[in-house]
Amino acid sequence: MSIAAALGDVQRDNLQGSPQPQRRGRFVPYLLMLPGLLWLGVFFVIPLVTLFMMSLQTAVPGGEIGEYEQTFHFANYVEVLTDPSYYTPLFRSFVYAACATVLALLIGYPLAYFIAFKSGRFRNVFLIMVIAPFFVSFILRTIAWRQILADEGPVVAAMKWVGFFSDGIGGIYPSALAVVLGLTYNFLPFMTLPIYASLERVDPKLVEAAGDLYAPGFTGFRKVTLPLSMPGVVAGTLLTFIPAAGDYVNAALLGNSKNTMIGNRIDYAFLNTNDYPTAAVLSFVLMACILAVVLVYVRRVGTEDLL
Amino acid sequence: MSAVVESPVAAPRKLSAPTRVWRWFGSNVLRLYAVIAFAYLLLPVVYTFVFSFNDAGKSNLVWRGFTLDNWLNPCGAPEVCGSLLNSLAIGFIATAIATALGTLIALSLVRYRFRGRSSTNLLIFLPMATPEVVLGSSLLALFLNLFVPLGFWTIVVAHIMFCISFVVVTVKARLASLDPRLEQAAMDLYANEREAFRRITLPLLAPGIAAAALLAFSLSFDDFIITNFNSGQVNTFPKFVYVSANRGIPPQANVIASAMFIISLAIVLIAQLVGRARRKG
Repeated sequence: MSIAAALGDVQRDNLQGSPQPQRRGRFVPYLLMLPGLLWLGVFFVIPLVTLFMMSLQTAVPGGEIGEYEQTFHFANYVEVLTDPSYYTPLFRSFVYAACATVLALLIGYPLAYFIAFKSGRFRNVFLIMVIAPFFVSFILRTIAWRQILADEGPVVAAMKWVGFFSDGIGGIYPSALAVVLGLTYNFLPFMTLPIYASLERVDPKLVEAAGDLYAPGFTGFRKVTLPLSMPGVVAGTLLTFIPAAGDYVNAALLGNSKNTMIGNRIDYAFLNTNDYPTAAVLSFVLMACILAVVLVYVRRVGTEDLL
Repeated sequence: MSAVVESPVAAPRKLSAPTRVWRWFGSNVLRLYAVIAFAYLLLPVVYTFVFSFNDAGKSNLVWRGFTLDNWLNPCGAPEVCGSLLNSLAIGFIATAIATALGTLIALSLVRYRFRGRSSTNLLIFLPMATPEVVLGSSLLALFLNLFVPLGFWTIVVAHIMFCISFVVVTVKARLASLDPRLEQAAMDLYANEREAFRRITLPLLAPGIAAAALLAFSLSFDDFIITNFNSGQVNTFPKFVYVSANRGIPPQANVIASAMFIISLAIVLIAQLVGRARRKG
């Protein structure tokens, strides 16, 4: 519930503004915000700056592993970006995330439409069913998929029975398909809920009016409902794409070494090889790429209410 | 409309092909589609639940028969309960602090107009739009630079950081939907500003704060990526599951997850029922 409320109300809030009386405070608002903003400043903004500084460090000559000095070595970025073992996973991350986003939209939009218009008095039950997966640990659910998709699992057995796979060849886990399915699965509620929130606010009278004006059914949907639900679609695709592009749990649990995403590389460089500058460069490149994709996308779709 | 009056059995308006397809789709396919989508969403949940009853030896991969042993002895496997307790403790501390800090920010954002309001909004929005790897690795960079030993408290700090924004957004939404006239009415009835806030606004705001706290707790409890960067040797429940994924997850982990699922579902259902009762009564 809370997530649905949060996601839905982000948009509502932005669309309507606040009806609250606005007080002119001199110090009160700053005082109220101080602890929270200080926390974000110290543990969000300063770390980002630290990470950027770290991305410009080089190894201390003759030092131990994990010892670096600040040399403002911008060439780090060039080195990392020209190394196929880094740009391939980066590219792969965006392809996987894009596939997962499209799949989640294809599954999530009709699902949200169903809940908003066809669910009758069981609407809340269906909404709870959408967020129910969140109540089970994200990692355990992903591992459940691994076992469901494994060669000895039910999906492969069913497909073999139908004759889709012959014995000995094929299988789903580990593969790119499994990773994309996992990503789609894990972020599907983030797609469904904002779309639901914007569909819920579509006034049925508008669709009726469209019907009276000789735009029944599909035309009415295309010209009235769909455009009105676009803020939800934009929010949903962003809420799916951004975390999917940075995720590495799905790639680690459902893929093999051919499916590594950029998150796996960052994790490995940071925690296994202590190659902090490389990990920092990768983090910043990931962020820059996501930002670029998001900006182009939001421009294209033309929704400015979002930010 | 006059046409309808003239001929009550008017020939149905000829519908275009896409419209007819759409109608049919709307009534039948959509329902089937929803069933499949829900199956996709809930399959892993059911799987996790079912395999909590598996009479598994060391690895819980294949079904070996029904048993209640795992449920009767949820701490039977090493580290399951230790990591669970860590996760619960971290969740409670992080939720309490993040809810307090976030609510204060939401209050000043909605109720006051001041310089720097839009940049504050941006600062709240950014952590939600930053990938978790970047949040986790940047915080680790800070801790490494300052030689902060990683462990329980670094996890708490990280969780508070990413929960604040979600709390602000949730409480803000509730605040913005409150009717400002209620507070004005209280002040017309000679309540001063502080009293009106304490006796009118705060009780009305409580469900929003509760929802924000629940959201923060579930985000904290389920977080893996940021935790993994900042936890050092301390185990949380998701980290325990991830690390043991390769040598086999004990069925007790499924028991814990299923129990959490049932508890969360109960909380949501109770909240629904209470809400309904309030609206009626």
